[in-house]
Amino acid sequence: MKSDIELIDSNGKRLDGRGPEDLRPIKIEAGVLHRADGSCYLEWGGNKVLVAVYGPREAIPRHSQNPLRAIVNAKYNMAAFSVEDRKRPGPDRRSREISKVISEALEKVILTEQFPRAAIDVNIEVLDAEAGTRCAGLTAAGVALADAGIPMTDIPVSCAAGKIDGHVVADLGKEEDNFGDADLPVAISPRTDEVILLQMDGHLTLDEFNKAFDLAVNGCHVVSEIQKKAILDKYQSASEAE
Amino acid sequence: MTVVPIIKRDHICKLAEQGKRVDGRNFGEYRKIEIETGVVSKAEGSARVKIGNTQVMAGIKMDVGEPYSDSPDSGVMTTAAELIPLASPDFESGPPRANAIELARVVDRGVRESEVIELDKLCIEPGEKVWIVFIDLHILDYDGNLFDAASLAALAALSTAKVPAKRFELGDDYPLPLKEPPISCTSVKFNNVVAIDPSLDEEEIADARLTVATDTNGDIRAMQKGLNGSFTREEIQKVIKASIDNGREIRKQLYENIGK
Repeated sequence: MKSDIELIDSNGKRLDGRGPEDLRPIKIEAGVLHRADGSCYLEWGGNKVLVAVYGPREAIPRHSQNPLRAIVNAKYNMAAFSVEDRKRPGPDRRSREISKVISEALEKVILTEQFPRAAIDVNIEVLDAEAGTRCAGLTAAGVALADAGIPMTDIPVSCAAGKIDGHVVADLGKEEDNFGDADLPVAISPRTDEVILLQMDGHLTLDEFNKAFDLAVNGCHVVSEIQKKAILDKYQSASEAE
Repeated sequence: MTVVPIIKRDHICKLAEQGKRVDGRNFGEYRKIEIETGVVSKAEGSARVKIGNTQVMAGIKMDVGEPYSDSPDSGVMTTAAELIPLASPDFESGPPRANAIELARVVDRGVRESEVIELDKLCIEPGEKVWIVFIDLHILDYDGNLFDAASLAALAALSTAKVPAKRFELGDDYPLPLKEPPISCTSVKFNNVVAIDPSLDEEEIADARLTVATDTNGDIRAMQKGLNGSFTREEIQKVIKASIDNGREIRKQLYENIGK
């Protein structure tokens, strides 16, 4: 789909005034829900995402148990009111695919072998959606897992890059996602830069892909710092309250 | 329950250390591909693709229906995949599970995002009537690498599809308008080696999987990483290169089969 809107001007300024490498504003808060074992609220541009982690707990149904390790069930769910045209509640094909790729990405960093036969449930609720919800969801899930005290090799983090009007840029916004040429969501384990999630649609040359990939990984590292600060802040405010 | 996969894993990894694969291939060697088109007379287009022992059938049906409100003058396409119990002792009947959904969506993206079907030419009356293209994928025999087999079957079936205009009293039948298709190539990683076109044994023990669709210019049109392992930047580069090289060969074979 092409639009008449100019997504990036001759000075490299994007619709919302960002430069090519800038991310949208991100705000992360850890431990926001009472009942959950760990939780996180995240705002990323116009996205608002809430994540609750339950577990490790006995996996049910029992045939889903793995005698060698825990299973990770990420459930990505969009609220009916989170998008322009009301979304029919319940899982659709898109959200089930996203749940699957996020579960697989989280399994790489969680030390699942410490909890045989257990399940770790990660419920990702998208309350307000504006491009890049899977990255926002996975990033928030990383913080919620840390908040739940789940042993991990690293806090997973995600960021997308893409191409708009022929320019490679980081973290696509709403119009950029709708009318852009390519979208490349990436998630990494930031200590090792191992890629745990990678999807792409659109059209990128090999050079553009390399550039976009590096932008996304750099974005991940920026977001990773905000994640760590959010977790520290929770304990900071807890100790101040004492 | 989990002993056999562990033994299998050890065996495959041990072979990999000697530079071998279970079926005797090189790590960069694709299995033999067979493409047969026009296998179902009732379908608008159809194809059966074999990659080694893996067999996938794709059928195209078309109907007239309403367009989406945000694209009133272009046709509609949908893709569905069924992992029917016929194809593997591990497949069960019933509504599609995550695996089938991911497969259908990856094939769908490969076709949709690269605009293989020229949907803007499938408008009959703007905002009222357009052609709907249904791509249905049936897995017949599952010996690994469904992603490549299914997308190749979909492309082969689309390439031979005819718009059934006569049946709907809209003039004469004509070939479905298509652009150059991107070709999907999948690699997996296990024991820190990267192998193209995984067989079922390799797929079951693999740490990570990466599918890359490339076009005639060698540009990247779609990617999907799967499984709970990871890739390094260098490994991704290697997979992309292998996908471009093998994609070129597979495209050649597809064109020969559809007489282009």
